[in-house]
Amino acid sequence: MNPFKSSSSAQKTKDGLLSGFFALLTYLILGCTLFIFFDIAKKGLPVLMPVFSEKGGEVVDLDFLTRMPETLVDYTDENGEKQSLASSDFIEYTKANPDAVIENKKTNAYSGGGIAGPLVGTALLVIVCMVVALIVGVAAAVYLNEYAKQGRFVGMIRLAIMNLAGVPSIVFGLFGFAFFCLFPLPIFTMIVNEEKSLAAIPMFGGYLSFQGWGNSLLAGGLTLAVMVLPVIIAACEESLKAIPKGFREASLALGATKWQCIRTAVLPYATPGILTASVLGVTRVAGETAPIMFTAAVALKGKLPWQEADGKGIFWVSDLLTDSVQAMPYHIYTVAARIPRTDATAAMQDGSVFVFLLMVMTFASVSIYLRIHFRKKLKW
Amino acid sequence: MVTTSPSDPMTELATPVESPAKASPSTKANNPNPIAEQDAMIEIDDVSFSYDMGKTNVLKNISFNIPAGKVTALIGPSGCGKSTLLRCLNRMNDLVDTSKVTTGQIRIMGQDINAHDVDPIELRKQVGMVFQKYNPFPKSIYENVAYGLRIQGIKNKARLDEAVEKSLQRAALWNEVKDRLNSSALGLSGGQQQRLCIARTIAVNPRIVLMDEPCSALDPIATARIEELIAELQEEFTIVIVTHNMQQATRVSDRTAFFYLGELIEYDDTTTIFGNPSVTQTEDYVSGRFG
Ligand SMILES: Nc1ncnc2c1ncn2[C@@H]1O[C@H](COP(=O)(O)OP(=O)(O)OP(=O)(O)O)[C@@H](O)[C@H]1O
Ligand SMILES: [Mg+2]
Repeated sequence: MNPFKSSSSAQKTKDGLLSGFFALLTYLILGCTLFIFFDIAKKGLPVLMPVFSEKGGEVVDLDFLTRMPETLVDYTDENGEKQSLASSDFIEYTKANPDAVIENKKTNAYSGGGIAGPLVGTALLVIVCMVVALIVGVAAAVYLNEYAKQGRFVGMIRLAIMNLAGVPSIVFGLFGFAFFCLFPLPIFTMIVNEEKSLAAIPMFGGYLSFQGWGNSLLAGGLTLAVMVLPVIIAACEESLKAIPKGFREASLALGATKWQCIRTAVLPYATPGILTASVLGVTRVAGETAPIMFTAAVALKGKLPWQEADGKGIFWVSDLLTDSVQAMPYHIYTVAARIPRTDATAAMQDGSVFVFLLMVMTFASVSIYLRIHFRKKLKW
Repeated sequence: MVTTSPSDPMTELATPVESPAKASPSTKANNPNPIAEQDAMIEIDDVSFSYDMGKTNVLKNISFNIPAGKVTALIGPSGCGKSTLLRCLNRMNDLVDTSKVTTGQIRIMGQDINAHDVDPIELRKQVGMVFQKYNPFPKSIYENVAYGLRIQGIKNKARLDEAVEKSLQRAALWNEVKDRLNSSALGLSGGQQQRLCIARTIAVNPRIVLMDEPCSALDPIATARIEELIAELQEEFTIVIVTHNMQQATRVSDRTAFFYLGELIEYDDTTTIFGNPSVTQTEDYVSGRFG
């Protein structure tokens, strides 16, 4: 007689059915994700790496990564074959071949050239966002977790910060527009625009002017930073809480001041956690369109940001920061929503989405790598 | 936090201050063999302590004097307030927002340590602490010992080297680690890590070393080594040790205080406490008949 024999077979069947149902749902999600990913890769990979296209070609289309977006011209040539060229290439081509047959000529805005502008713009936005969010986020988390008296007030602050995470991104965008783009905030400038500037103080051979920053890298980066702050503060607090009490006690018992204790016995060991979570958080906001739509992004720009910045030293930095930028999510929004999809324009659409996906996945991988790396290194 | 001015009493702790005239601590029946004030390093005078702003007292009117240059053991059942009392002595309880010394005074070298002009930072440089769970920083062995000096702003490499070597030698750890000072402290055995924590504590040259069950996470051999170490350190430091191990108390301590439910039941020479206690509760506890 088996003493471990199942007593109720009905219970067992129910259990089996339920677990099967849960598994089904899980695989459904996995299936959807994989389908989306492969669809994007199938269409986008040949744009970035023409070797994989039907026509074949180079391994990596460097032009796509290094050129600025421009208008795309598509036409039918003398053999009746469809051709498409970026507008600058088209002009050169017609100059070189004045009697080339050009039929059914059509122009498509933003769909030619490459995506250098949006790539660089997004990278700059991410950098500004990361720097600001880390400084403010770590400071806030250290205050809340280490200095503030734990009580109802701090609890309310925490609740408010957490609620911030639920605010729709378009609201952040409008807030950023009102506060960073229009509100008179200090910025260094060589030339004061009398209309925009509320007051200007001469400084370092230029002026510290109080004016709206306008559509700018700084306004966009700060808006993204505000948006990612709740995530970063929560992550920092988690990391700080994970530091064993023994480190703090040992440090304080040796005569460290509170700040010395935090600086030498808490923050160094919390840094990996903070960095990992922050990179992940920033990855997510880097993909947002709404917050930068009103604050930073423009659809078309001729040059990369640093090629346009004027002045020296602090004024150069100011000029760079107050210039508008192109950005990947906004670029994708533009080419996908405003340009009709044809055989000619599809390349830019698919290619941009694919490259952006790669970019975001790289960020995420870096954060995962950091986490694994530090976890191995820092054990206690 | 109160910052110290050069004339602050705590900065002068290094030179024992003649204790000012005051009402002598009550000599109760449970304290039959008191430490004379002039021999006392720590005077605990009618101290009550609360973790909840005075609603309930965890320590109740404790009075006794801890002699200089001796080992004093605090014993008693779990939860009776031994750690709490120990943490009052270097004001580690300040970390608990709602904690409060509700009555009495603790004087170290004659100075009331809860006076408003005492900087707990300066106090802790003189009153070091070794914790129950050895807690070295995940840094190198060298950096662990140098930590206290570094936060005091000492950067001179030669001076740090010397202090590190001396402290490790005093903690009887030097021979075991001298070839790997720069490897991680977490690679040491538990007993070695605890001795490293002791080295770290004595590196800043405190007058008093508080130890809260320093051996409870260690095996008997490692425990024996720490006990030897305590015997050696006693010449230079005043040591207060909390222990659950009766044998340990008899082996290492000169004086023993027995606590029960936040009260000091009996305080006397260790030999008396364990050989001929005057209170039956003490006798029951030290003989293991506690119920
Ligand atoms: N941080 C704290 N906040 C509130 N109450 C505390 C805190 N620490 C200790 N207590 C309480 O104070 C009392 C005395 O605790 P304490 O840690 O001093 O006991 P102990 O004698 O050291 O016990 P053990 O032998 O188990 O270490 C206990 O009732 C405990 O619950
Ligand atoms: Mg304890």
